[in-house]
Amino acid sequence: MGSIAQMGGTDGWGRASAPTLDEPVFAESWEGRAFAMTLLTMGRISGRNLDSFRHALGSLSREDYLDDGYYGRWLNAAELMLTESAILAPGAVDARVRANRGEQVDEPPAPEQDAKPDYKPTAAGSLRTVEDPPRFAVGDRVAAKDVDPTGHTQLVGYLRGRTGAVTIIQPAALLPDTHAHFEGENPQHVYAVAFDSRELWGPDAEAFTLTADLYDSYLEPA
Amino acid sequence: MTSSINPDRLSPALRTEALEQLLTERGLVDPAVMDKFISTYENDVGPLNGAKVVAKAWTDPEYRARLLAEGTGAIKELGFAGPQGEHIVVLENTAALHNVVTCTLCSCYPWPVLGLPPSWYKDPVYRARIVREPRTVLAEMGLELVADVEVKVWDSSSEVRYLVLPLRPAGTEGASEEELTALVTRDMMVGVAR
Repeated sequence: MGSIAQMGGTDGWGRASAPTLDEPVFAESWEGRAFAMTLLTMGRISGRNLDSFRHALGSLSREDYLDDGYYGRWLNAAELMLTESAILAPGAVDARVRANRGEQVDEPPAPEQDAKPDYKPTAAGSLRTVEDPPRFAVGDRVAAKDVDPTGHTQLVGYLRGRTGAVTIIQPAALLPDTHAHFEGENPQHVYAVAFDSRELWGPDAEAFTLTADLYDSYLEPA
Repeated sequence: MTSSINPDRLSPALRTEALEQLLTERGLVDPAVMDKFISTYENDVGPLNGAKVVAKAWTDPEYRARLLAEGTGAIKELGFAGPQGEHIVVLENTAALHNVVTCTLCSCYPWPVLGLPPSWYKDPVYRARIVREPRTVLAEMGLELVADVEVKVWDSSSEVRYLVLPLRPAGTEGASEEELTALVTRDMMVGVAR
């Protein structure tokens, strides 16, 4: 649960404020450039995928995740994917910034050989067909496993070890945990599981129901 | 809250410019393609799409039934599909039930119907707290819910995306679909307004 991306239920962020009406899509023009470049980087340029992008985001330091805002963290994750795929040399972006402002700096040359993952999806998108019937039915009691995977996962931290009930059987999809690391699609059934707020946050919690989507291997019968 | 910012840190604007130069010089990105992506999400794909879906559901009971039973297909009938919209589930608000959507792990959002997410949706304040004290957070954002309205919070933790179907406002019985479209806001379709 060390990833900065596991934000659900964490403390210390302050008060929310009323939404701004007519907020621009990109507050500053660089944000649009960073958005578009990250989309292009993800597949075409780095040979990576949406889940490895999410893993890159979650691998950023707290500063790289928070200090440059949302599209800043996209930019930082894009740079990470590009250096991991040896499209860019480490430090190349910062060196170019300094060169652009007239500093004497040796820009590192681009790597001679890229290191894109040798990996191709079996189909577009994330939805897949699973032949075996779903392990759980609507209404079944299930628990989110109390585990702490070292690699990428979409198993939400604040749900681990908690018990809820299946409310929707969602379309089967490839498993982010392996897909992010180019270790196979491992398509699984996905379930919307509803948890009572008191199961998550204790007897004094506000009354509400929290529903999250959980992949089959994240769950066990309860 | 953010951590204290290192004064030696290069600004994201300058680093974005540098990265675009590095990739363009090697023919890895075409700035014209980037311009097209930006223009699409600035001008074409936004909450007006979702508002059209909602207004149609308010005026056409058969469409409403299809939308609630199989959101993705019903949304596609109006021409809305694409990235971050592989499977969309529509959540129906009622007088007794309020739905609100988040993504605590990143900021997943149903792009084909709402466009790119607004700043508050991506803010750690919202991501961290809406799953723990939603009534308090909604009140801070300007939505006071009476105690007997049930609250359901949806954390978009897979590739499923959620769209809230708000209640049709009272007093709009004679309104056209077009007039109703103008009443639907992004915030209603995420669930921070009602």
